[in-house]
Amino acid sequence: MIRVRSMLMTMAAPILAVALAVLITTVVLLAAGDPVGRVWGTIFSEPRPRNIVNIINSGSVLYLSALAAAVGFRMGLFNIGVDGQYRIAAFAAAYVAGQAWVPGILNIALAILTAMLVGAMWAGIAGLLKVTRGISEVISTIMLNAIATALVAWMLRSVAVPGSNNITTTPIPESSRVPGMALIPGAHNEIYGFVFLAVAAGLFYWVLLSRTRFGFNLRATGASESAAVASGIDTKKMILAAMLISGAVAGLVGMPLLFGDSYSYGVTFQPGLGFAGIAVALLGRNHPVGIAFGALLFAFLNEQANALQLQAGVSAEIVKVMQGITVLSVVIAYEVVRRANRAAEQRRVAAELARARAEATEVTG
Amino acid sequence: MSTPTHEVPRDETVTRSRFSWGWLLIGIAGVILALGALRTVTGADDVASAGTMGAAVRAAMPIALAGLGGLWAERAGVVNIGLEGMMILGTFGAGFAGYQWGPWAALAFAVFMGTVGGLIHAIATVGFGVDHIVSGVAVNIIGLGAAQYLAALTFTGKPGGGPTQSPPVERMPTFDIPGLSWAGRELAQTDLVFLTDAGAVLAGLTTRVSLLTVIGLACIVGTWLLLWHTSFGLRVRACGENPQSAETLGVNVYLYKYSAVLASGAMAGLGGAFLVDDASVYRDGQTGGRGYIGLAAMIFGNWRPGGLVAGAGLFGYTDALRLRRGGESVHALLLLIGVGLIALAVWWLWKRKVAQAGVTAAFGVGLVVLHLATDSVPSDFTGMTPFIATLLVLGLASQRLRMPKADGQRYRRGEAG
Repeated sequence: MIRVRSMLMTMAAPILAVALAVLITTVVLLAAGDPVGRVWGTIFSEPRPRNIVNIINSGSVLYLSALAAAVGFRMGLFNIGVDGQYRIAAFAAAYVAGQAWVPGILNIALAILTAMLVGAMWAGIAGLLKVTRGISEVISTIMLNAIATALVAWMLRSVAVPGSNNITTTPIPESSRVPGMALIPGAHNEIYGFVFLAVAAGLFYWVLLSRTRFGFNLRATGASESAAVASGIDTKKMILAAMLISGAVAGLVGMPLLFGDSYSYGVTFQPGLGFAGIAVALLGRNHPVGIAFGALLFAFLNEQANALQLQAGVSAEIVKVMQGITVLSVVIAYEVVRRANRAAEQRRVAAELARARAEATEVTG
Repeated sequence: MSTPTHEVPRDETVTRSRFSWGWLLIGIAGVILALGALRTVTGADDVASAGTMGAAVRAAMPIALAGLGGLWAERAGVVNIGLEGMMILGTFGAGFAGYQWGPWAALAFAVFMGTVGGLIHAIATVGFGVDHIVSGVAVNIIGLGAAQYLAALTFTGKPGGGPTQSPPVERMPTFDIPGLSWAGRELAQTDLVFLTDAGAVLAGLTTRVSLLTVIGLACIVGTWLLLWHTSFGLRVRACGENPQSAETLGVNVYLYKYSAVLASGAMAGLGGAFLVDDASVYRDGQTGGRGYIGLAAMIFGNWRPGGLVAGAGLFGYTDALRLRRGGESVHALLLLIGVGLIALAVWWLWKRKVAQAGVTAAFGVGLVVLHLATDSVPSDFTGMTPFIATLLVLGLASQRLRMPKADGQRYRRGEAG
């Protein structure tokens, strides 16, 4: 009964958060004198086939980014560095794939392996600094993000095709591109072939965390580090492993874009996916299915907002405000629910204790 | 008991302030001497020129103010990685008010917008006990989105403005400090060993000083006085060290935390005003991660104002150097840092800290070799300096760093003992 109630409250939290975000955004729009009705009309209009494809595509990218953050969150690690990890990994993979050292599918596999390794290594620096020197992973990953930005900019200029004004790595050869799938009728654009990569990563995440001993240890460490140590878990090893896995998944973030859309890494390669992923992971409560809903919601908002400028004369950036408020209100809602549940639990225990004491006095008296 | 709350028993583990004017002067003289020697050895004239020094101050102030923002929040026990978002809000505020009503309005509005960002963070972390990092990330997303949305709303179609840029903003008045500026320039003209460089530095620091710089300096000194020399400050810091104890002594922890986080946002917003003033325009992406650099400066400075200023000065200096024949100047600086690190390694070896000495020496030798093997440093690497320096300090001197004890922890009233 209590379990059902707390589950219902958990489900209610994200919905309430979105509603609250809509409300606050409406107030902002009203204050700014923007056409409120037309803004919501545009955002919540039925997406066209073309838009649906875009939503699925960018949703899968966001999903990967959120999974990377969620792996850390499950054991209380804040990998703020997904942003740096995915960019440096995408650059490395684009470079390797562009060189075409091996043909066709092998080239794709090699590039993905490179991305995961580089992402894991970059996150591993933060993990290593935490376990050997006790440096907070939040601080070190923030620093590593900035270092990655500068490093990638420099490497990109070093390897860029000379003579072109568009600074990019060598494009991936035709034979190593991942073809899209025309699944949505009426759409001219195609769904990334690598959507399956996101699905696979989601399955891997679920199996790893819910069905393996390693996942149990990871969650146990996240729930209570002292209890984990007492039960014989080597938390240092767990921290390092979690950071490496998180980084490896972060390495995958750029892959659907790289193999399905841009075919090279350039200065215009989509930025900011890391922090959006953190937001999505929080919205989805680090649950593989919850994250999927969160990723699709964010992708939906981003896609629908593109028409705002044209339809309502309002800057599309308003959805960023809305997304930020959604995340903040959802974590506040979770916190309120947690407190309410705990208070209910305390009342229940107190009531039971009182009853037990009353019974005891009856027996002795 | 009628003992006033500010007479707490002395905790010997707390690092005492070892500030004294004598040491400060010796330190400054040492830095100038080292830069002068470096200029002579490498021939990179811009490492200690008046122009570089002036630019360094202008680059350091926003970083220092963001760092002060971090200091206020973290001293009260609230981790603030939302500084970047608050700073972005500040830049918009400065642009919005600045092009319409002048520099003073820009200043006020930037502070106001930053404080709004601080309020969001305070409500989430202090009011609702949300994790500080999560709230910081959300504030960054909201700050960026709000600034871009509002900029597109208010600047589009204005003369010289657009969706990502404000119309030109009038700058704060600048002035020369009488006497000192002249003396510095005269000294810089001479060709004496130490005085030339000292003169150049003096001239750089005292010529065309913006009124905003004076305000920024007042904020730094004011923060130091307020946090370390008043009972208000003691209570704020008590909330960061041990809020439960503070509560038992009758301190309204929520009130102090709220005030500190609001002040934090105000400082970050003021930092944003600096950026707008320096460029005399609001531009999208103007902060360029300076909120994070400020955070780095604060950690580099061991959660203390003096150290924070040193960190911001260092980062501002390298940033300024990048713009003044950066390749050559930064290349020269490598030698200085390399030699400095080797000296530090020797000192650590003497203190029998072999591991630190080893790592430091490796970095030092590496930098010297890099200096000798190359002719110039790509500008991208200069941008990494603050972050690598902070990681190194954290990695090598983590025992000497001490953050507020309850930093980042949830606090709820009535849960003490």
